[in-house]
Amino acid sequence: MPTEPAAGGEPAPAVELSGITKRFPGVTANSDVNITVRAGTVHALVGENGAGKSTLMKILYGMQQPDEGQIRIGGVPTAFGSPADAIKAGIGMVHQHFMLADNLTVLENVVLGSEPRAGVRLDFRAARERIREISAAYSLNVDPDRVVDDLGVGERQRVEILKVLYRGARTLILDEPTAVLVPQEVDELFGNLRELKAEGLTIVFISHKLDEVLSVADDITVMRRGTTVASVSPREVTSRQLAELMVGSALPVPELRDSTVTDRPVLTVTGLTVTGADGRTVLDGLSFTIHAGEVLGIAGVEGNGQAELVEALMGIRTPTAGTVRLGGENITRASTRHRREAGIGYVPEDRHRQGVLLEATLWENRVLGHQTRRPSSRGALLDLKGAKADTERIVRDYDVRTPGIGVHASALSGGNQQKLIVGREMSADPVLLIASHPTRGVDVGAQAAIWEHIRRARAEHLAVLLISADLDELIGMSDTLAVILRGRLVADYDPSTVTPEQLGSAMTGAGRED
Amino acid sequence: MTAGSSTGARHASPVRRARKIAPWVYFLIAVAAVLVLSAVRVLAGATDLTSSGTVQAALTAAVPLAMAALAGMWAERGGVVNIGLEGMMVLGTFGAGYAGYQWGPWAAVAFGLLLGVVGGLLHAVATVSFGVDHIISGVAINLLAPGAALFLSKLYFADAPGGGQKQSPRIADAPKVTVPGLSDVLGTVEGKHWFFVSDVAGVLRGLVTEVSLLTVLAALLIVWSGWVLWRTPFGLRLRSCGEAPTAAESLGVNVYRYKYLAVIASGGFAGLGGAFLAVSSGQFRDGQTGGRGFIGLAAMIFGNWRPGGLATGATLFGYTDALALRGSAAVHALLLLLGIALVVVAVVQYRSGHHVLSAVAAALGVLFGYWYFASDEVPAELVGAAPYVVTLLVLGLASQRLRPPRMAGEPYRKGQGK
Amino acid sequence: MGRFSPRSLLLGLAAPLGALAFAVLVCAVILGVTGHSPLDTVDAMVSAAQRPRTFVNSLNSATTYYLAAVAVAIGFKMKLFNIGVDGQYRLAAMLSAALAGATFMEGLPSFLRVALTVVAAMLVGAGWAGVAALLKVTRGVSEVISTIMLNAIATYLVSYLLNPARLAEDRPGSNNVGTRPIDGGGQVAGLEIPGSSSQLFGLVFLAALVGFGYWFVLARTRFGFELKATGLSESAAVASGVSVKKMVLVSMLLSGAVAGLVGMPQLLGSSYSYSLDFPPGIGFIGIAVALLGRNHPVGMALAALLWGFLDNSSNSLDVAGVPREIVGIMQGVIVLSVVVAYELVRRYRVRAEQRDVGTALGRTKTAEEASA
Repeated sequence: MPTEPAAGGEPAPAVELSGITKRFPGVTANSDVNITVRAGTVHALVGENGAGKSTLMKILYGMQQPDEGQIRIGGVPTAFGSPADAIKAGIGMVHQHFMLADNLTVLENVVLGSEPRAGVRLDFRAARERIREISAAYSLNVDPDRVVDDLGVGERQRVEILKVLYRGARTLILDEPTAVLVPQEVDELFGNLRELKAEGLTIVFISHKLDEVLSVADDITVMRRGTTVASVSPREVTSRQLAELMVGSALPVPELRDSTVTDRPVLTVTGLTVTGADGRTVLDGLSFTIHAGEVLGIAGVEGNGQAELVEALMGIRTPTAGTVRLGGENITRASTRHRREAGIGYVPEDRHRQGVLLEATLWENRVLGHQTRRPSSRGALLDLKGAKADTERIVRDYDVRTPGIGVHASALSGGNQQKLIVGREMSADPVLLIASHPTRGVDVGAQAAIWEHIRRARAEHLAVLLISADLDELIGMSDTLAVILRGRLVADYDPSTVTPEQLGSAMTGAGRED
Repeated sequence: MTAGSSTGARHASPVRRARKIAPWVYFLIAVAAVLVLSAVRVLAGATDLTSSGTVQAALTAAVPLAMAALAGMWAERGGVVNIGLEGMMVLGTFGAGYAGYQWGPWAAVAFGLLLGVVGGLLHAVATVSFGVDHIISGVAINLLAPGAALFLSKLYFADAPGGGQKQSPRIADAPKVTVPGLSDVLGTVEGKHWFFVSDVAGVLRGLVTEVSLLTVLAALLIVWSGWVLWRTPFGLRLRSCGEAPTAAESLGVNVYRYKYLAVIASGGFAGLGGAFLAVSSGQFRDGQTGGRGFIGLAAMIFGNWRPGGLATGATLFGYTDALALRGSAAVHALLLLLGIALVVVAVVQYRSGHHVLSAVAAALGVLFGYWYFASDEVPAELVGAAPYVVTLLVLGLASQRLRPPRMAGEPYRKGQGK
Repeated sequence: MGRFSPRSLLLGLAAPLGALAFAVLVCAVILGVTGHSPLDTVDAMVSAAQRPRTFVNSLNSATTYYLAAVAVAIGFKMKLFNIGVDGQYRLAAMLSAALAGATFMEGLPSFLRVALTVVAAMLVGAGWAGVAALLKVTRGVSEVISTIMLNAIATYLVSYLLNPARLAEDRPGSNNVGTRPIDGGGQVAGLEIPGSSSQLFGLVFLAALVGFGYWFVLARTRFGFELKATGLSESAAVASGVSVKKMVLVSMLLSGAVAGLVGMPQLLGSSYSYSLDFPPGIGFIGIAVALLGRNHPVGMALAALLWGFLDNSSNSLDVAGVPREIVGIMQGVIVLSVVVAYELVRRYRVRAEQRDVGTALGRTKTAEEASA
């Protein structure tokens, strides 16, 4: 069905949010948000992590209710009590973490909640036909009888899209849809999106990958600190301007001063190869060296082997081939504990999974990963006094905002948790720091502080492996830059001469000629 | 997110469709099983192995187990682990005793069901509404229910004629049916002791002679459960709560409601199991369930959380029970059966490349075989352990074939999914 | 963990006391509805509490329950659910009783005999728990299921071994069978308590020692820290250099070893033989006590005492004409309501703490985290 034209001939906006405000205990997630999404367009919503995008989309999808403000769908004021209401109004959501039941078939996943019936039975035949129809109409290429567990990521995403279309959605919300995709899958997705748009559907696209946004969106709305700060057209802005709108000021420029690189190798990796659980090679013969006082930055689209590299270096994953040497020692087969004791500090990419114990106090989190060393322990016994005193020091030196070291880590903001982690990892005088997205999801102040701490440690001959999705961070912080693509290091760059554009094309495998 | 990126470009394994085992496969398995049984019968001279009497006893023993297993399946398909089955069965036995001696077997069944539902409701309130750990709530119910049953039994049965502080007066048995004619013909064939033919006749005769209507009801409930859960929108929604509750929530399914229904149904089935037990043994007695709730759980796992499978498991466990009752010659033959089954597992695991598991299975199989040939009987005290040992073996040696509901036992709160 | 602000103390007590009050209320209603006087019941229990005999018996029961609770709590700290304490202690008590009563032991010095018995019990308990641990680390089998199965198998194994043809002998004059009685040299003497005819188990000190050890290991040692960390977040523990499989194995073995001790006070202090009437089901009481006491060494001691008192006061209820089974209901209600109460308090505490940090620092927490 085509979008109904409004009285004036200009179609009513597919979605209009005005004055949306949402508060949680102790925090305001959205305040006075205004967005207008034109029907039949791809509308991008960009903002830093924590800017309030996800909360807003949950409101639009009826998962949460706004405290103030109005939602208009096709010009009609609407209130959603639950996702069911939103679905009825033609809104569908493709979640970042797929909402699929692995043990069920595609068919079961798609029809769940709005099943075709034959009496009290589920009408499997009708469901199958309808899914095949939609799949063909939008070239989604989905087989209704496969078990979801067997599908690849791209296919799962298409099932998610099909799920939404099956419910008759005319407006699709895609929450960071490219975060889990490899480049060729991203291309396929964008192809699908164009097809959907051509059929008259409206798409709200949430992302913080600005290049992608600029290439696919018709309109862009920028969010910052819970509110909408700008609506722009992709033809009128550059990715740098967009980034500045997102953070609200001129970007803090990460910059190293003088080179501190020495010729003493700290980490030497040769031919490192890792095979995934499914037998696929995820790291393919990586070789590199990091010297004392050097920061090696690894650029790459997420999912190209960075996580596996970090885990192999930390001893969490066992490589199938290759060697890892720390200083003079071969640590290829060493345990995680041994590596940590040998002086590897680790700032993990997902701090809640690997970095902190949310339900433990700050001083207990200080001990975590350092439980075998002073000042956390003496022999087999913990040194409570030493650990607490050192936690106080970290809180002071790293400006961790907390009422005390006895509160649980869960009570701290992400930025403060991250500062605690960085402080902890630096406090053991590491020789090598593995920092994976060290400033992801932290506020600008904390970001600058973390950069400063890394810089200072580098001056004292720390070797750093920096993995980040933030190209400016990589270019500004690294002494050497390498690009990882499909498990291989494909290019080296000098950060003083490289541009983000060059890096970007190397990361996607497009511009191999430079 | 690491998990996301590590699966970033995962390749699909060879196309696997929603698996459906055709009826003829089941039929073939059944035939093969009877063949093995009759071979063992001839070898071991254990007539009881396939006699109609054994089959009847096995059915009677299997029914409460099957109901408990069904109860477990309903709850876990809805995402709630229910180890309170034992307690809910106890409530069922009491309810059956209370109503049964006054108003007959069908009232016993109804009251058993009702009290089971009460137990299920309690578990649902604790686990679904208050987010209490499912195991803990189950343990608590297992502590509470026998205490409550004993308290009530003292209150209501102590002064009733024929009752006592720990047991109810007699309950009339449920009606039994026999397929006329067929039973006699099969009886004649069974008496011939021909290889295979007499065995089939014995098994069939057991299935058509003096079958309690409760057994028939139980069989119908198993089939009905399968139909409801796998063929109706209601069932799909309920199962989705056990597989991916946040996904279900995002599609407008009221997860709390389905979880409640699942756990209440679970309590109801457990109560029915208790009631069947009380009615078939003629009264309520303290401690009557004797861990059958846990065997039910074992049967559910053995049956891979599916109705056909759990019915097979319950029958198998009921069968060992029946053999134990009927003397040790037949039980002794079980050792050989177990040994053969383990060797089959070893072959299957070897072919799918699990060499260590295969070796362990083969070694255990040989061990059971050796035990069989080196001894003349199995101590009666050990036979009861068979269901538990078999379940541990299944879990230890073939668990990659099991597909429990993905989110069973996980806490769920609305609006907290990521 | 381990902060004593007035509010945290109050919140810590609110749950168990609230649950207790709720359980009393439920029982009062049940008694009232069934035509018994709740007040008489309270009266009977209070007067029972004043008798030294009840006190000694309660303490004796509590000793046993406490050991079971510690065994369960070791697993809980790692989010492992050792339901198998029940089977572990019965098998351990049975086999160590057979060992302690064996004739060849009678020549050994008393201390050595007791030590051997206790060590044997710990080894058996650990071994039985080890089966579940092994299944978990090698095959990923849930310890809940495997220990349920192992409990049942232990029951059959014990009844098999407890046979005059094997490890037991008939008790003349009754249809009881038991292991050969342990003579004076293998027993642990009890303590006389003035005014009471029963003696306090000598092994009450063992329980206290185990409780202290439990506290010390968890609060003061590296191993205890790693155990707790694994329980809080397996992935964070792995990234911190903890081998989760090793922790599962070791904690399960420890839990089983403590479970092996559960039967010792009774065996060496009172019954001197494992027979058909050896107290069953203590493993499940241990779960209840651990829950009620929040896995805290002192909390569990108080909970064990409460449990022991409830058990032992039930005798005097019969005298007052109240069915003693009401105690069973009360205990069940306590467990169920205490876990609900702890959950409610936990939710409240999390919210309060976030609000505190929020007000103390202005808004620094991002919305995404608050809503996640």
